[in-house]
Amino acid sequence: MSFKALIVILLSGVLVNNYVLRQFLGICPFLGVSKELKNATGMSIAVIFVMLLATAVTWPIQTFLLTPNGLDYLQTVVFILVIAALVQLVEIVLKKYIPALYRALGVYLPLITTNCAVLGVTIANIDKSYTFVEALFNALGSGLGFFLAMVLFAGVRGQIESSDPPESFKGLPITLVAAAILSLSFFGFNGVVENLFG
Amino acid sequence: MNGIVLAIVSVTVIGLICAVVLAIASKVMAVPVNEKESQIRECLPGANCGACGYAGCDGYAAALASGEETKTTKCIPGSDSTAAQIAAVLGVEAEDVVEQVAVIHCKGDCDVTRDKMNYQGIDSCKAANLFYGGTGSCAYGCLGIGDCVKVCPQDAICIEKGIAHIDVRKCIGCGLCAKACPKHLITVEDDTITCQVTCSNHDKGALTRKVCTHGCIGCQKCVKNCPVEAISMDNNLAKIDYSKCIHCGTCDDLCPTGCIMEADFRGAWNKAE
Repeated sequence: MSFKALIVILLSGVLVNNYVLRQFLGICPFLGVSKELKNATGMSIAVIFVMLLATAVTWPIQTFLLTPNGLDYLQTVVFILVIAALVQLVEIVLKKYIPALYRALGVYLPLITTNCAVLGVTIANIDKSYTFVEALFNALGSGLGFFLAMVLFAGVRGQIESSDPPESFKGLPITLVAAAILSLSFFGFNGVVENLFG
Repeated sequence: MNGIVLAIVSVTVIGLICAVVLAIASKVMAVPVNEKESQIRECLPGANCGACGYAGCDGYAAALASGEETKTTKCIPGSDSTAAQIAAVLGVEAEDVVEQVAVIHCKGDCDVTRDKMNYQGIDSCKAANLFYGGTGSCAYGCLGIGDCVKVCPQDAICIEKGIAHIDVRKCIGCGLCAKACPKHLITVEDDTITCQVTCSNHDKGALTRKVCTHGCIGCQKCVKNCPVEAISMDNNLAKIDYSKCIHCGTCDDLCPTGCIMEADFRGAWNKAE
């Protein structure tokens, strides 16, 4: 496990395997909270935090509890349980210490509970048989990728707001078209990271 | 068999650990909620209109509960009944609220004025206003795209014949429309008023006449004939000082263009009830 391998994992999480734009996980907050840059950043930071925390908890559970006892089939149930509890914890902490962010996130924070991007990251960590540190880097990279997608799309939506699309495209349709184009552009990163670090 | 037991035990234990951690966290990091605050919040209508001057109903409830704010009558949409309920919660004497309504100072609809262009830009008064002052031939008049309609929490405003109209029976006097109008045509007044100037054109009479047959031409008939001198001329436009007005209706009768109009908001309120 070299330093280079970690950087490759991090960068491919952000660019090549971007969860929102390449694997189409976590679309709900991507469309729901990307209207304003401020809320988008808040939500992304919460997701990064939850992804890291979820990985730090689920990896040991899988490695030391489920696999040795042949309980791999419980993976999904246990992971959802743990992630739900973690999100609740984050909610309580935010309510106490950062009430402004708590109000800004509103209904989207509980939505992280069942956010497939978070569950996807934790399961991908196991599937790719990462070590603990690698898993953490993958979580961080995926979180940053989510952040990048959110911030980029918040900017795109800001432009859409002040444009004048045809009547039938107004609102969600033009947003989805823009999301598709943004997603297409991320396919350009195919192979970039691998070739960069050869 | 052993596998099933192990599976049940491990999931139960993980669930229990999560539950205990959450229980402890919610106790340790509990945010103290003022009981009075939540009670007051219950009384308020929850439209978050901001007419009280606070950031939404939560803000007003918090200020009342903490004693920062002593007036219980600031919630205009909730009117007397809300004020009475808040007063009951706080244990103070209830006061009457003067209901307020939004008044649009323009009646330049498509019958009396014309458009000077065919505007096809962004669908908002604010944007249209930036483009040569908007569509109408009168530079002061209602643009009729409906920024006020979009912000109205009660659906009290509609666009008819190219200008905005307020249904005073639905209006709660929150003043959000007044803030949204780029032409500043809307003011919020006490609903006890009986006359209103329905024009905002500050041009000289001849110019006003050219663009709108309903506009105030600054003839000063109302100013001269008002028995209590409540009307003044503000830059070629009649302005009524409602603190002096005695509701005699002289101005309404005399106005040659019909721009000073009778208003009966109290009547509308009573009808609604």
